Amino acid sequence: MKPKLAVWKFSSCDGCQLTLLDCEDELLAIADAVEIAYFLEATRNRTDGPYDVSLVEGSISTPHEREQIRHVREQSRILVTIGACATAGGIQALRNTRDHGALKSAVYARPDYIDALATATPIAAHVEVDYELRGCPIDKRQLIDTLMALLSGREPRPIHTSQCVECKLAGTACVMVTQGIPCLGPVTSAGCGNLCPSVGRGCYGCFGPSESPNTQALAAEFRELGVEEAVIRDLFAGFTCAAPAFAEEIKRHGG
Amino acid sequence: MVDDSLWIEADAGLRQLLAVLQGRGYETVGLTEQDGCITLGPIASADDLPRGRIMDTGGGHVRCRDGESDRFFDKTLPMQGLKRFVYPAHEAVAQFDDDLTITTPEVEMRPTAVFGVRACDVAAIDIFDVVFRKPPYTDARFAARRDGLLIVAVDCAVPLETCFCASMGTGPHATTGFDLALTELSDGGEHGFLVRAGSAAGRGILAELDGEAVRDDQVAAKRAQADAAAAAMTRSMPANVASVVRQSHDSPHWSEVASRCLTCANCTMVCPTCFCSTVEDRNALDGTAWRERRWDSCFSIEFSYIHGGGVRESAPARYRQWMTHKLGHWHDQFGMSGCVGCGRCIAWCPVGIDITAEAHVLAADLERAVPTMGDN
Ligand code: SF4
Ligand code: SF4
Ligand code: SF4
Ligand code: SF4
Repeated sequence: MKPKLAVWKFSSCDGCQLTLLDCEDELLAIADAVEIAYFLEATRNRTDGPYDVSLVEGSISTPHEREQIRHVREQSRILVTIGACATAGGIQALRNTRDHGALKSAVYARPDYIDALATATPIAAHVEVDYELRGCPIDKRQLIDTLMALLSGREPRPIHTSQCVECKLAGTACVMVTQGIPCLGPVTSAGCGNLCPSVGRGCYGCFGPSESPNTQALAAEFRELGVEEAVIRDLFAGFTCAAPAFAEEIKRHGG
Repeated sequence: MVDDSLWIEADAGLRQLLAVLQGRGYETVGLTEQDGCITLGPIASADDLPRGRIMDTGGGHVRCRDGESDRFFDKTLPMQGLKRFVYPAHEAVAQFDDDLTITTPEVEMRPTAVFGVRACDVAAIDIFDVVFRKPPYTDARFAARRDGLLIVAVDCAVPLETCFCASMGTGPHATTGFDLALTELSDGGEHGFLVRAGSAAGRGILAELDGEAVRDDQVAAKRAQADAAAAAMTRSMPANVASVVRQSHDSPHWSEVASRCLTCANCTMVCPTCFCSTVEDRNALDGTAWRERRWDSCFSIEFSYIHGGGVRESAPARYRQWMTHKLGHWHDQFGMSGCVGCGRCIAWCPVGIDITAEAHVLAADLERAVPTMGDN
């Protein structure tokens, strides 16, 4: 019997699930190797659990989701969180440090219609997670490699060294050193395939903190480069703003 | 020695040299300017060289600009040395097919002449020769690539701000390890190169060049240029640095450096002698699998992973490993220093941590700690 794969969505933009559909060349082979039992973005067919592998996208943002994730966990032998929302809370976690009531009133005409939690939190804050794939969105090669690993009984090994390592492997000239552009790469996990620096932009940190992020030393360097406090804060306040190392650094620069 | 040298004109001579190399079937690689820095890339002719361009460097700082002259090789050091030519950043080193046969992918290396290699990088490739193929352990992949490389060195006349090869005894002029070496001279209205051969292949190429016999005043100018380049270096490594790092194992200074260090690994990646890699097995749905080798660094936590966890989890321990390996334990392991004084780790460190400055602090700390009426 083929292993059953399920793909779940919580509070998120669908971009990470789309990465699976984006696997083009490999998609048919994957669809052949597994039974796609639950994947609403791709098919209306659904098979009941339990599932061998669940890919979980999105953060927990509503009372309903808080219940639903427990159900997903119970039904899943291996649970893999995918993307910045599921692993760190996502951009929506910007609300975590603000007054939720005030935000709701500012954004929605009828805030009383909104049944949301005051915080958007990663899946691991609610249930046990077996593996995580970082990124906004996740990297296609990491996704395929993780699926290959799980299907063949090999341990997935995503690396969490700095993005700088990817620059050097690719031969990309450092944008901070050659142009003085503030870059989150030294404190951000590798994995994206060197997307931003390779086109001359600073890393936005979408893969979240590296394995040993010295954010204070990097912020001090940004200051040396002439970056203002509020801008330093905003640099850390992106897609992985609620990852603990980044959240602490945001606080150091005025919340 | 004099038989092995020649004087060639700047433009015509360089053009001819590149043409001879290409005629002999070499791919030609040289300095190119790209994305705001000088790097090594394919060049078709001498016209592709970033003539007149120079690099200003400092801790965490690299900028290219027009220099004051139209010389070819002043104050430029490519972002990465020869490392990736002999030791790619990642490659498959074994292939497993579904019937469990194991094959080793062939090394694809066309003979390549690298044009304008600095003395420090020549010294670094000599170090790699020991690291990767000192008997009985030979890395066949390295050997195949190394043997396909022809090195055209160039002596430094104007060092970068971050250079300190003179104190490491590796430069500013190359003495061994090259096939050909150039000295750019532009005194008294003439602009050209002294070319000397350092190998049989180099002598063969030299014989094909139209040049003139080297004059005594040119030899004197070359010597003066080397002395001036060495004297212009503002950074240096303490002479006793190997014993300094060995005695500094418990220094509080490692924690101080770690408060500034990002553990980003840039220093090890740009270092022309750092050789560490990790190996991973991967597989595809069609039943094939392969083993991949990728550059790794002692700044990564997994690098020292053994059963139960990483041996060097803390940032101070990781910085200490890098510095003591390069400058101390390398001597025990390979009988030489692992640092050639290229200064890349200083210039390309995003926060400008300076290995020479840290070495001086450690040395000064030890000096202070030495008891005046010592009994040890
Ligand atoms: S560009 Fe950014 S990620 Fe790349 S080496 Fe520089 S600081 Fe690191
Ligand atoms: S340690 Fe630094 S200066 Fe020494 S060889 Fe390596 S990169 Fe160059
Ligand atoms: S300094 Fe670190 S990365 Fe470089 S060779 Fe030594 S252990 Fe390897
Ligand atoms: S010394 Fe500099 S380049 Fe090396 S790991 Fe630390 S911050 Fe990165």
